Amino acid sequence: MVEVQNLHIRYKEQKDFALHDINLNVEKGELFGLIGPDGAGKTSLFRILATLLLPTSGRASVMGLDVVKDIYAIRRKLGYMPGRFSLYQDLSVEENLNFFATLFETTVEENYDLVKDIYIQLEPFKKRKAGQLSGGMKQKLALCCALIHKPELLLLDEPTTGVDTVSRKEFWDMLGKLKKTGLTILVSTPYMDEASRCDRVALIQNGKILSVDTPKGIIDSFPYPLFQIKSKEMAKLHKDMIESKLLHSAHIFGEWNHLVFNDGNTMEQLIDYLSLKGHTNIVWKEIAAGIEDCFIERMRDL
Amino acid sequence: MKQFFAFIKKEFLHVIRDSKTLLMLFGLPIVQIALFGFALSNEVKEVNLVVCNLSNETKATELIQKFDASGNFKVVQVIHDPNALDQWFKNGNIKMCLVIPAQFEKNAVRERKIDVQLIADSSDPNLATTLVNYGNQIVFDFQMKWFGQSTLPGINPEVHMMYNPSLKGTTNFVPGVISLIMMLICVLMTSVSIVKEKELGTMEVLLVSPFHPFFIIIAKAIPYFVLSLFNLSIIVFLSINLLDMPMEGSILLLFAESGLLILVCLSLGLLISNTTNSQQAAMLISLLGMLIPTLIFTGFLFPIENMPKPLQIISNIMPSKWYYIIVKDIMIKGLGIKYFWKETLILMGMAIFLLALSLKKFKIRL
Repeated sequence: MVEVQNLHIRYKEQKDFALHDINLNVEKGELFGLIGPDGAGKTSLFRILATLLLPTSGRASVMGLDVVKDIYAIRRKLGYMPGRFSLYQDLSVEENLNFFATLFETTVEENYDLVKDIYIQLEPFKKRKAGQLSGGMKQKLALCCALIHKPELLLLDEPTTGVDTVSRKEFWDMLGKLKKTGLTILVSTPYMDEASRCDRVALIQNGKILSVDTPKGIIDSFPYPLFQIKSKEMAKLHKDMIESKLLHSAHIFGEWNHLVFNDGNTMEQLIDYLSLKGHTNIVWKEIAAGIEDCFIERMRDL
Repeated sequence: MKQFFAFIKKEFLHVIRDSKTLLMLFGLPIVQIALFGFALSNEVKEVNLVVCNLSNETKATELIQKFDASGNFKVVQVIHDPNALDQWFKNGNIKMCLVIPAQFEKNAVRERKIDVQLIADSSDPNLATTLVNYGNQIVFDFQMKWFGQSTLPGINPEVHMMYNPSLKGTTNFVPGVISLIMMLICVLMTSVSIVKEKELGTMEVLLVSPFHPFFIIIAKAIPYFVLSLFNLSIIVFLSINLLDMPMEGSILLLFAESGLLILVCLSLGLLISNTTNSQQAAMLISLLGMLIPTLIFTGFLFPIENMPKPLQIISNIMPSKWYYIIVKDIMIKGLGIKYFWKETLILMGMAIFLLALSLKKFKIRL
């Protein structure tokens, strides 16, 4: 469905490639996640796939069509939701949806079954201006508008950025339903926890793809035992642990520190060291790695 | 086609729902017409005049009344001491003084010509010249009525002001203001409306639709074309009914020629929008790039014939200059197309060139 080979892009007036040697393959019917922090190159890649940017070198095709040559054929069959809210804020929910339906040569009635589940939630606000909707509602409306012409491939650029946790969960539930209709979905997100909702994910950083695998595959490939630890003085704890020289890595995750030991070092040694430094109420536990741990670990390899 | 109409409908909704745009679209022309029509005019009306009457004969009083009744002057005081004049000018309340010498009537009857003095404050030379001309005209008329034409020595040209006998400024300003407003509104509106889509990110979605970019441009231009014609109707209506602007020629022709200018302006707006990425930049370019050159090079503030050659050449690229000539020909002189087909052709050429250029420059990608 999406094939990308040795894709590079470099923006004018810039020395470094914004995308460097990207290779990617998305199968038909897949829910594929592109995961990486801000500025990793996610939007650039999406724009190339949506025929909005020309790659500097390399090739990419979507739905079997070349993104440079067949732009009008692609634009007919593609659903694209940009990272920024890109509907008309001064038009109402209804007007936006009707406008985009007409623009894509269809009507809301014709493809209503496709957007029904989402539109039902928007229905009570259909006379409201799009600019006055909440963040979650805006994204639902944008998704409706991107879906209204029954695309074969859906490109969603950071659809959950700036949206509250509940709405994020709802949004991913919707994507799950859409996937069941056979739609291929390529979605990007900076939130690592959303990776588990995808069939496969690609980790991207500094314009390079670090790895492509199923979420489970990525987690399973984490090479070390991982521990979490906390104590009364979190800020001092992190600093002391780094100074102990016992650790391969330590990162703060909310109220916990995630850590990996250097070869041969054990938790007993660390606890002794920390007690000596005056830490009390130390709690620790061995845990399974998450996507974020894997991502951070891979970043170290760069 | 359905896409096209949906797009135009959407564009109208944008305009109607944005009070700022509405204000700019309809407030600006009305304010400008009122400003240029009433406030900013170079006509001379009721200028304060002091008369130093040293004669006290009947004919002298008659002449003073003549000045007062002309409408150009208002006699604030009649004095008899010429030494006081200096103080009047110093106070700055008067712009001109009429001195009637002693035994004015007696001398006039003897020499069959009258002899008076006009003293003008020429710190504003243009005004002073105008005032002296008005004064001369009054004295000349007075003399003719008194002695009859045949008795006057030398050449007496009979002056006839064609097309605008009362020398009203509005006839000059209104066509200028029309072209100014058309230039400003059309260029500004179109450039801002496209750049707005870029700035808000909606252009991204529009581009990814099957709607061809070519039609995006056309669909953008049509609502503003219609609005501009509507705008023009308001201006023409106001200037005819409120400012007593003559309308000698065909209204239809005026609208057709205006349509041409609007087309030029829309293309210019499209061109600007293709080269900028923020509404502010588009607004600055349209305002600075249009307002000042239009003011200077259209010809309604400063006559182009008086400019140095290089500036005269530059003025040729201003569409408003040609439009100004056409509007004056239609409204004031009542002429038909055969008198300004050249100007029309130039405007057409500009429209085609700019439209082609902006279509070529329109990016089908981001």
